[in-house]
Amino acid sequence: MSLVTSSGQARALRDLARRPLAVAAAAYLAILVVAAAGAGWLAPYNPQAQDLAHVLSGPSAAHWLGTDRLGRDVLSRLMFGGRVTLLGVAEALAVFAVLGISLGLVAGYLGGWADRVIARLGDLMLAMPGIIVLLMVLAVLPGNQLAAMIALGLISCPVLLRVVRGSAVAIRGEPYITAARVSGLTSTRIMVRHVLPRLAGPVIVQLSLFAATAVLAQSALSFLGLAAPETQGPSWGNMVTEASDVVSQDPWLLVPTGGAIVLTVLALGLLGDALRDVTAGRHLGHPPAKRPRPVPKPSGPLQTHRLDASQPGTTQPLLSVRGLTIAFPAGRGDVTVVSDVSFDLAAGAALGIVGESGCGKSVTARALLGLLPGCGRVTGGSALLGGRDIAAMTERELRQIRGAEVALISQEPVNSLDPSFTVGSQLTEVVRRHSDVSKRQAPERAAELLDMVRLPQPRELLSRYPHQLSGGMAQRVSIALALAGNPRLLVADEPTTALDVTTAAGILGLLADLRERLGMAIILITHDWGVLADLCDRALVMYAGQIVESASVEDICATPRHPYTEGLLAANPHLAPVGHELPAIPGSVPSPAAWPLGCHFQSRCRYVTDECSAAPVPLSATGAGRLTRCIHSAAMAGQR
Amino acid sequence: MIQNVSRWLISSLLLLFVITALTFVLASMAPGDAAKAILSSQSGSYTAQQYQQMRHALGIDQPLPVQYWHWLDGVLHGSLGTDLFSSQPVTQELGARIGPSLSIILGTVIVSGLAGVGLGIVSALRGGVLGRLVDFVSLAGLSLPSFWLALVLAELLAVQVRLLPATGYAPLNDGPGPWLRSIALPVLALSAGGVAFVAKQTRDSMSEVMSREFIVMLRARGLSRRSVVLKHALRNAGIPVVTVLGLLFVTLLGGTVLIEDVFAIPGLGQEAVTAAGSHDLPVIEGVAFCFTVIVIAANLLVDVSYALLNPRVRGAGRTGRFSGHREPRES
Repeated sequence: MSLVTSSGQARALRDLARRPLAVAAAAYLAILVVAAAGAGWLAPYNPQAQDLAHVLSGPSAAHWLGTDRLGRDVLSRLMFGGRVTLLGVAEALAVFAVLGISLGLVAGYLGGWADRVIARLGDLMLAMPGIIVLLMVLAVLPGNQLAAMIALGLISCPVLLRVVRGSAVAIRGEPYITAARVSGLTSTRIMVRHVLPRLAGPVIVQLSLFAATAVLAQSALSFLGLAAPETQGPSWGNMVTEASDVVSQDPWLLVPTGGAIVLTVLALGLLGDALRDVTAGRHLGHPPAKRPRPVPKPSGPLQTHRLDASQPGTTQPLLSVRGLTIAFPAGRGDVTVVSDVSFDLAAGAALGIVGESGCGKSVTARALLGLLPGCGRVTGGSALLGGRDIAAMTERELRQIRGAEVALISQEPVNSLDPSFTVGSQLTEVVRRHSDVSKRQAPERAAELLDMVRLPQPRELLSRYPHQLSGGMAQRVSIALALAGNPRLLVADEPTTALDVTTAAGILGLLADLRERLGMAIILITHDWGVLADLCDRALVMYAGQIVESASVEDICATPRHPYTEGLLAANPHLAPVGHELPAIPGSVPSPAAWPLGCHFQSRCRYVTDECSAAPVPLSATGAGRLTRCIHSAAMAGQR
Repeated sequence: MIQNVSRWLISSLLLLFVITALTFVLASMAPGDAAKAILSSQSGSYTAQQYQQMRHALGIDQPLPVQYWHWLDGVLHGSLGTDLFSSQPVTQELGARIGPSLSIILGTVIVSGLAGVGLGIVSALRGGVLGRLVDFVSLAGLSLPSFWLALVLAELLAVQVRLLPATGYAPLNDGPGPWLRSIALPVLALSAGGVAFVAKQTRDSMSEVMSREFIVMLRARGLSRRSVVLKHALRNAGIPVVTVLGLLFVTLLGGTVLIEDVFAIPGLGQEAVTAAGSHDLPVIEGVAFCFTVIVIAANLLVDVSYALLNPRVRGAGRTGRFSGHREPRES
């Protein structure tokens, strides 16, 4: 355990060292502490030594930061004044840390009534106007900085308390804590030995941010003359007061005095932010970023295919995708995630795209609406919708076709609705976006759409919020939203994955019905052969960014010609023989950066030979209206 | 609904009680008392008998709980007692001083809210260099001590350029022009930190919301960028931003104490500092009471905005007749 934390802390430190601003901030703070602590030896002058011949001299070789109105050296006074400020910060920090951590641990780890009492007290303290408390404390103990700083730590500690409590609650539930408890360790011991070390990251962040607050508070009180007044020697706050008295004669004095405060607060803030980034990354468990390997580019021009013969109709297809290639920026170059995808879709047809997660199905689908996530972009090929190339459209042009020509429904029905607006408000907005319906008529049309997706009592539904809907209802609302613009193509990205079987069947029935009634083409992304067979005429199988097989649904299910299709079909629970273990394809989909030169499936294929890795495998015709990307497809067909 | 209101009422009253009682206890612990302060300000020397008479006249010879009880009784009858030095009713004195303080606080909240939200949105959407710039600027803004910034601004804008008055406060009754000019510098000085604070939160909150699935789906439905960002994303990013505005409001109570000192503005903060120095208990109590009421009002506004922004907080009462379950309240 201790080994894990120490290596984790070492990694956090290394991450921190890579941030120049954080390093500079830490260096400044270190110098400051040394200069203030060692002011007695290091300061060039006595902070109270007056030199009336050289008052308000401005920066010079003898006085780097100038002199004040009594000719005292500003740099020396800042060094001695830093002691007062830093001491005050340390006092407040100690109270803040001790109370915040111990109360937070007790509340979070013990829970129950202790938690409730501490939470109440914390709320109360946070609601107190802090300035009143500080003024009162300083009225009772005039000029007593220690008392004021203790009070500051006390009234601020609920902030830390909440952070510690939150983390402790999360950690309490973890198995190793339960194990420790079962093995008979006392609560105190568990908290100190096992919970506390895990909290180090967030606690240090809060400490550095509070230290910044404390610097500001201490100098403010000293500026007002309520704590560390001028009579007790220099402090950063009272030096600003003095500078303000002579500001008309020498504005320069404001610079070093305020500058010391600003730089210190800035350094603490920068350090806190950097620590937060570093520790947050560590706690989320991000693997260290690997530099992606350069992608092997297929040599020669990308092959495109004539798929006209495979289409049932002979008229121009609704959608014609040719050589679509999509890349994401990674490190110095791009990583291609979808490569050379081509297919046609006739009006009113339904096409299924199958494959495991990470094969590029969703990315392909979203490219059809110009909605690639992050910084993804189309690097080659085209997607002609009614003759216009979606891949070449500007954002403004895309907005014209989204919802009106191509619509999208996604796999997380509840998350695909805006949680802050009612169903009615979202529907009417989309209705009015796509048609000239008056504000008064829009709800009417919205209710019609809800009726169309077979939701009962549509009028009442209009006033509901997404969180009041079940998954199935939310998906129907999502479909209604997609239908609002009368699109000719609906892209359904795993529309039933998050739903239970009966609800899913209802949604599929609805989609099939809408396709028939409205003549709307559908592209269905799925990894479920049953769903695909229910709805689609044709299927594309995608593996690692490529189409590996394209055929009619009957053909593909009856006689798969690609080993991956064969594996997927065999792993389908609906088709597997009862009582036998479900055969799975060994291994997993390679990440886009790790695609091999030849067949992408070679590492998991049981037919693999040396030829498979020699060169990119082309997609070639393997029957009427079928294409397969495998050099062994003939042999496979023979074997069956 | 009734449950929420009563819970809010109880916790607010509890807070008021705790703060005022605490102030009472602390103030009575302060060395010296008001009788001594008044007598020595009237004439240099006084007898022990005069001192006792003065204590009796002021009512500070009674036990502390009795004094507090009298004070509470007064509050219920709309009185906060009388200023021991000026013999004016405290309500009247604070009434004259609440205007300047609230003008500065509200002005700063408005400026910080508008500029901070604007900057936060821009940096969340643009990211990259601009995002990092806003990050740095907001860190810098948070690092500037307001009292120091106030001095610098006063030197630059009031003394060098003579654009704005350097000190004093012009009440709104004198016309909006002078009023605005008199609070411009204080608001500007306090807004540096405020804008930074709000911008940072808005940026984080907007970036998080913009990465959610429903934003992609709104775009997929062909909605304009303006609607997606300013209507849908901003509404969903609103709760943390409103929380920060409420927090800003409360911290500004401390900020005005400093700013009123720098600009010689006769507000609550100045009153608090003088009263704390002179043991004027009724005035101290009055200021504590006023600040606490302001804090409670700010928190109430924040809670009401939560309910307006998030249908789940509004919750149980409006659930449709089909769903029997109640959504858990978001904490």
